[in-house]
Amino acid sequence: MATNGKSPEQEHPKKAFGWAARDTSGVLSPFNFSRRATGETDVTFKVLYCGICHSDLHMAKNEWGFSIYPLVPGHEIVGVVTEVGSKVQRFKVGDKVGVGCLVGSCHSCDNCANDLENYCSKTILTYGAKDRDGTITYGGYSDIMVADEHFVLRIPENLPLDAGAPLLCAGITVYSPLKYYGLDKPGMHVGVVGLGGLGHMAVKFAKAMGVNVTVISTSPNKKKEAIEHLGADSFLVSRDQDQMQAAIGTLDGIIDTVSAQHPLLPLISLLKPHGKLVTVGAPEKPLELPVFPLLLGRKLIGGSNIGGLKETQEMLDFAAKHNIKADIEVIPMDYVNTAMERLLKADVRYRFVIDIGNTMNSSA
Amino acid sequence: MTKSPEDEHPQKVFGWAARDSSGILSPFTFSRRGNGDDDVTVKVLFCGVCHTDLHAVRNEWGFTNYPVVPGHEIVGVVSNIGKNVKKFKVGDRVGAGVIVGSCRKCESCRQDLENYCPRMIFTYNALDHDGTKTYGGYSDMIIVDQHFVVRIPDNMPLDAGAPLLCAGITVYSPMKYYGMTEPGKHLGVAGLGGLGHVAVKIGKAFGLKVTVISASPKKESEAIDRLGADAFLVTTDPAKLKAAMGTMDYIIDTISAVHPLAPLLGLLKMSGKLVTVGLPEKPLELPIFPLVLGRKLVGGSDIGGMKETQEMLDFCAKHNIVADIELIRMDYINTAMERLSKSDVRYRFVIDVANSLSRY
Repeated sequence: MATNGKSPEQEHPKKAFGWAARDTSGVLSPFNFSRRATGETDVTFKVLYCGICHSDLHMAKNEWGFSIYPLVPGHEIVGVVTEVGSKVQRFKVGDKVGVGCLVGSCHSCDNCANDLENYCSKTILTYGAKDRDGTITYGGYSDIMVADEHFVLRIPENLPLDAGAPLLCAGITVYSPLKYYGLDKPGMHVGVVGLGGLGHMAVKFAKAMGVNVTVISTSPNKKKEAIEHLGADSFLVSRDQDQMQAAIGTLDGIIDTVSAQHPLLPLISLLKPHGKLVTVGAPEKPLELPVFPLLLGRKLIGGSNIGGLKETQEMLDFAAKHNIKADIEVIPMDYVNTAMERLLKADVRYRFVIDIGNTMNSSA
Repeated sequence: MTKSPEDEHPQKVFGWAARDSSGILSPFTFSRRGNGDDDVTVKVLFCGVCHTDLHAVRNEWGFTNYPVVPGHEIVGVVSNIGKNVKKFKVGDRVGAGVIVGSCRKCESCRQDLENYCPRMIFTYNALDHDGTKTYGGYSDMIIVDQHFVVRIPDNMPLDAGAPLLCAGITVYSPMKYYGMTEPGKHLGVAGLGGLGHVAVKIGKAFGLKVTVISASPKKESEAIDRLGADAFLVTTDPAKLKAAMGTMDYIIDTISAVHPLAPLLGLLKMSGKLVTVGLPEKPLELPIFPLVLGRKLVGGSDIGGMKETQEMLDFCAKHNIVADIELIRMDYINTAMERLSKSDVRYRFVIDVANSLSRY
């Protein structure tokens, strides 16, 4: 529903095509809409790939209660620049670029001033949000993107576009807290709970930082993958009391990527004194926080939400330098609903990426 | 067959102990070890009454070993020193706090974090290195290894300084560790009791703007006029609570009852830090979304190491910070415990041990 009375196709001057969810079934289908003309500080790019983030699934089904339909998801978007505004300094036509979870912020608060646009109270999300001009933002399951230069990232030369796309959300989501909470020092021992899109990225980044990584999972059958393929140093089955007992007080930190309800006490026990439990998954209901263990060991539990633009670029450059990319399954656009179903069952190793450039047809 | 408390050790000591979970304290004759080479004997002058003492005498945490002589905010004068003791001499004004021993070898001990040593020894209700029970400061003298004795600064009154040995370090340590000391930043202090009132004073001394967060409107004038807080937020007023959302850089949560964390987390700015130093009996409910969306953290902290405790005392002396106390006689202790259980004290009872603890 366009807010200015015009239809999505007529709102803006540039024709755009994508796939949108139209109701809480979350089923996506072809959708004609439009994007704004390239403004002075805008970068327009042809979308080549877009990662499927679990957030896309939550939003498509309005699980968080603020979805606006029709909803074009996608915030792990990469492509090639086709046009730049007159005041754009950092990009030119032909550059390989990406856009992540944000396309706007206020630029005047303390957070924005400190390169923490992700904590600005007036962020504009890449999709499903109200843009400055009052229209709704549409995400990367589409053929073109127009974004303010400030929110466009450069994809480093040696990073493949398809496997690099998920870095724009999953990558920064784990990189930022590893740095902020000081869990990036060589020799430290960090646990990663949950081995999905976020979890597998956390293992790779932590290893590249010289950190000893233990994957903590409910599924024993992920062990081989974790150690042989992802390079984790060890694997802990969280349902195995003996294994958990033996690992008590061994971790400097834990990156918890699990968004289902789960108990915190066993994780807090795994921490050494002064250890830090970082949550990047967000269970809907509150969790029980046992206070005694927190106090007696001076431990903390903290959250983190993506990262600012400067840090996202830093993360991409770090990933390129250390050859970190996501493990992906490339899919054609019309597979997206099946992919969403499989994602719901965590049946993907470890991110779907839509081959937009080759399979998004406006005649489909 | 183990010896009786009176016969265990060579030196006779007199104190008050609780003997069962009624928590009622009464005169108790016991004994302490001879003054060893590294020991300092302290004639106890005053001892603060900490809420932990109340939990302990009533066995509220389930691990009290009766009879228990509480008291871990102990101040007095040195009456004897062992031959290895160089830091103190007879007559010095000293104190002993929550711990009297640790392993001295582990990583925590080597980093001056004896309070996180897995083998730390509590001042009371614990087992000492020799396997005998430790007894606290509701007694006429105590013998402590010099490493666990602190000097009370000259200009600090002993009675009002005593509570700093637990309450003071309990709020000072996390304020330093979690980086809650940047002048001009905004600190919320939740709960205005023994811990809370000291947190207000220390927060002001760090140059912070301090808001007391409380469920009792009648504490407002105290908080602002007497303790020096800049503002007072009544948590039962939804409009005021809403207006204060996202305004605080830090919160020290001293509330010892089970309470909701969500409103406190809402008061924090992005990247804000909530430190909990109170010990509720049951787990608290922690909403995760606000932590993630705001990069907020909830951390714990437990007293402080010996080096930091001395640093805290020197800091307080420099800024003229002492506790607000109600001095009581030893035989008032049971009434004081009752009143403490109803938070009816501004803000710490301190026992005038030397003048009121008699064997008769």
